[in-house]
Amino acid sequence: MSLDQLYQQIILDHAKTRHGSGLAGTAAPEGAATGQSHQLNPVCGDEVTLRLAVADGKVAQVSWDGAGCSISMASASVLSEMAEGMTVAELHGVIDSFRDVLRSRGKVPADPALLGDAAAFEGVARYAARVKCAMISWVAAEDALNQAS
Amino acid sequence: MAVVTTPATLERALPAMDDAEVLRIRNDFPVLNQTVNGQQLVYLDSGATSQNPLSVIEAEQEFYEQRNAAVHRGAHHLAVEATEAFEDARQTLADFVGAGYEETIWTSNATEGLNLISYALSNATLWAAQGRGDARLKDLALKPGDEIVVTEMEHHANLIPWQELAFRTGAVLRFIPIDDTGSLRLDQARDIVGPRTKVLAFTHASNVLGTINPVRELVALGRSAGALVVLDACQSAPHLALDVKALDVDFAVFSGHKMLAPTGIGVLYGKQEILDILPPFLTGGSMITTVTMERAEYLPAPQRFEAGTQRISQAVALAAAANYLTETGLDRIHRWEGELGQRMVTGLESIAGIRVLGPAAGKERIGLAAFDVEGIHAHDVGQFLDSRGIAVRVGHHCAQPLHRRLGLTATTRASAYLYNTTDDVDRFLDAVSGVRAYFRA
Repeated sequence: MSLDQLYQQIILDHAKTRHGSGLAGTAAPEGAATGQSHQLNPVCGDEVTLRLAVADGKVAQVSWDGAGCSISMASASVLSEMAEGMTVAELHGVIDSFRDVLRSRGKVPADPALLGDAAAFEGVARYAARVKCAMISWVAAEDALNQAS
Repeated sequence: MAVVTTPATLERALPAMDDAEVLRIRNDFPVLNQTVNGQQLVYLDSGATSQNPLSVIEAEQEFYEQRNAAVHRGAHHLAVEATEAFEDARQTLADFVGAGYEETIWTSNATEGLNLISYALSNATLWAAQGRGDARLKDLALKPGDEIVVTEMEHHANLIPWQELAFRTGAVLRFIPIDDTGSLRLDQARDIVGPRTKVLAFTHASNVLGTINPVRELVALGRSAGALVVLDACQSAPHLALDVKALDVDFAVFSGHKMLAPTGIGVLYGKQEILDILPPFLTGGSMITTVTMERAEYLPAPQRFEAGTQRISQAVALAAAANYLTETGLDRIHRWEGELGQRMVTGLESIAGIRVLGPAAGKERIGLAAFDVEGIHAHDVGQFLDSRGIAVRVGHHCAQPLHRRLGLTATTRASAYLYNTTDDVDRFLDAVSGVRAYFRA
């Protein structure tokens, strides 16, 4: 597999734009239940703190702070962009599917209809050392979602 | 049987290493002869673990094919053969670092060696309080208010065992800081190391900065304070001629897998007069004289510190590795790697957006360079280099406090060994020069 299949355009773009980045500047919507989770990868020092707000059974807002490699930052950006507006059950389903793909060592193909932009991380599954990079914000989101719902 | 170290005069007469010799050396290392991502592998991660020459692989295989048995027990032929091979290996490693035979203790690796020292000192503290053992143990015992001194550049293996020893005994852990170029602040060390210092532990060569620390000055400080001096020789023993007696350290540790040997074997050197009174760390079989249901008497060093069935084939293989290095000549290896290190740093400094840690080009360093690429995480740098067949280490290199001191969380490190050519370094530099463009930094 080539480097370009790992670092797809969409990943390089999200690593730069970082949708949802910045906890301090974003207050959670009035009346929403929130959960917050901090995750650290001790191997490389990647760090993500992600806050998730749930109102009326739907994800109202995702915001995060983080430092790490392009895969981890892009993954948090894609997640926060696609999660907003999903029901709690839908986001759980997407997280489960994402995890299945990432932990499959390339055996489980990503379903673009379900995973959307997150399907671009399919190639990461072939790089065992990088799976945690892609997963870190999703683990944080699952934890925060459980707190908020 | 001891292998005679090449006399310095003879070694000086040998020509310096060059690329042609390195290419011949490389033929001895099967693993290096492969392509990665369609390109000839360039292995620049020997600071993490080194590769094995055929003579080492064959030594281990020969042991299992012809002599495998438990050592120091059994009267049968194989047991005798295995014991001889094991103890000959000890003599080879003792000669390799200028230690005495009985001062040379097998460990799993340097980490275990450092834990052995720190737990044996814990036990010395307990024994002294109970009036057990030699009366001189009270000089080794630690009490609240005593100090253990390390440096800010230590690998976690030479930091955390001392943190824990301090927690167990109430001693205070202090450290000698570094300056922005990664050199130890010796001016501050003179104030930090003093009458309260019971242990002074420091690395010979930094696994991140590439600096070689001033061992003689530090040992002199330790001596004047009456402290035990512990040398982490992980990044020096494989790469330069080490003489623990000439350096006058009390303990030294290193790992076999960083010096052409398999994993699971390392060496602890300890001064005879200290080992003679030091309580054991691990206890059990093979380290005792008389055992009753109530208590046991212990053998002298080295056996006192080698409980249980040992890593016999690994010790034999490590001796083969030491012989390989001795035959090539450690002074020649040290000079060659120094040239590669300079080539790395000179090249890296000429690439925009690269910050090299440690001494600038032209200043002494071992054959490694850790660096930060502005705007690019080390993991992405490492992935990019891997796509070009180049193996480097990324992360904090088990030195989080050092990285934090330098304002970084992770860096990329290239580390060379005797099987790396100048072309390896040039391919590495060429790849690094393309990293920022790829990630559009």
